[in-house]
Amino acid sequence: MTRITFDNASYDCKENESVLDCLTAHGVPVPSSCKAGVCQTCLMRALSGRVPPESQKGLKPTLIELNYFLSCSCIPAEDIDVAFPEAGKGRIPATVAGLEPLNSEIMCVKLNPVGPFEYRAGQYINFFRDDSTARSYSLASVSSLDECIKLHVRKIPDGRVSTWIHECLNPGDTVDISEALGDCFYVPGNPDQGLLLIGTGSGLAPLYGIVRDALLVGHTGPIRLYHGSLTMDGLYLIEELRQLARDYPNFAYTPCVSEGEAPDGFSSGIVLDVALKDIPKLSGWRIYLCGNPAMVNAAKKQTFLAGASMRDIYADPFVPAQP
Amino acid sequence: MSGSLYEKIGGEAAVNAAVDIFYRKVLADDTVNKFFEGVDMDKQAAKQKAFLTMAFGGPHNYTGEDMRRGHAHLVARGLNDAHFDAIMGHIGATLTELKVPADLIAQAAAIAESTRKDVLGK
Repeated sequence: MTRITFDNASYDCKENESVLDCLTAHGVPVPSSCKAGVCQTCLMRALSGRVPPESQKGLKPTLIELNYFLSCSCIPAEDIDVAFPEAGKGRIPATVAGLEPLNSEIMCVKLNPVGPFEYRAGQYINFFRDDSTARSYSLASVSSLDECIKLHVRKIPDGRVSTWIHECLNPGDTVDISEALGDCFYVPGNPDQGLLLIGTGSGLAPLYGIVRDALLVGHTGPIRLYHGSLTMDGLYLIEELRQLARDYPNFAYTPCVSEGEAPDGFSSGIVLDVALKDIPKLSGWRIYLCGNPAMVNAAKKQTFLAGASMRDIYADPFVPAQP
Repeated sequence: MSGSLYEKIGGEAAVNAAVDIFYRKVLADDTVNKFFEGVDMDKQAAKQKAFLTMAFGGPHNYTGEDMRRGHAHLVARGLNDAHFDAIMGHIGATLTELKVPADLIAQAAAIAESTRKDVLGK
């Protein structure tokens, strides 16, 4: 007999009983549909304890690495502590180590979390202004390369958190952040696979982390980063990325501006169009998409239609907070 | 399970290969893709995989009532026989593309066809 812990309560799991059946039998409402390990409606996450591999069949590699599993096909062999995908965000104090403008509207915020902080480049955190006000920001840093965690915070007009970060935050201040969240990050394996990364605005942050993470662990396939902005003012980290492209021949960086003529070394046009024109066939490629939700959703569809497999497409739309 | 339709078609590996091809055909088809706009593509792909698994004679626990409930909002938006026919066509074309023998395609099509009344809320 194994024990399943959920939300601080523990339940006996009978022999050959799935996590889904055990929890629902005890009155815990877990959404489910096919009950055959396919539709992923009953997705949960193991916070401790190992889940059997057959309960992770068909999941994206990033979800497998984060111990997600399908509760309908999980018959646990050991005690496990489980949660719904959105739970367990926690709150961790962090010290502001530095603030550095990247362009006229985006600030790099460097934070030192108090105590251990695990993350994968490309994940995001929630940044709290107070108990009821938080916003999500992606991590641009790589844990093995950067001492601090780094966020790229774009100042939104009247944004309650971004304006506060830009105008009121000072080095030395203590703030609260969540643990790292999200499944948009690099997973080793398939080192020859082509990686296409498309971002707009501060959507460059997670992609900057993912690219450096992939290069660091020795990804050998082509890595193509496209960063789009309306005008030249919105681009940033241009020199750093050009240097990275000189250091790693398999990495190429294409900055794009969608309004007006682009100067030499920059492409003009919508970033998604520029990328798909360069790489029209994406069969076998892994795709990362971050930033403007309209771009991300269009890109998800277009890259899939261009041949990328659904399980190879990772997307992080920056959905604006409701005022 | 030996010699079942699901095994003959190629089991889970066949469904994995089929779902991307099938979903791509559906999204590219202007007569039906309006029903798929604005939905989360990952969730949708997983549901289509579950549906194809069932059509291929694989494991599932869907009842007619599930099918009815799951499509009621689409029926309210005008989902009808012509759309169902289009989807049937895409299933057949997907399996043909994967070089599945014609008699097995016919069996899978018959399973998919058996959901028509429930899907269309008749």
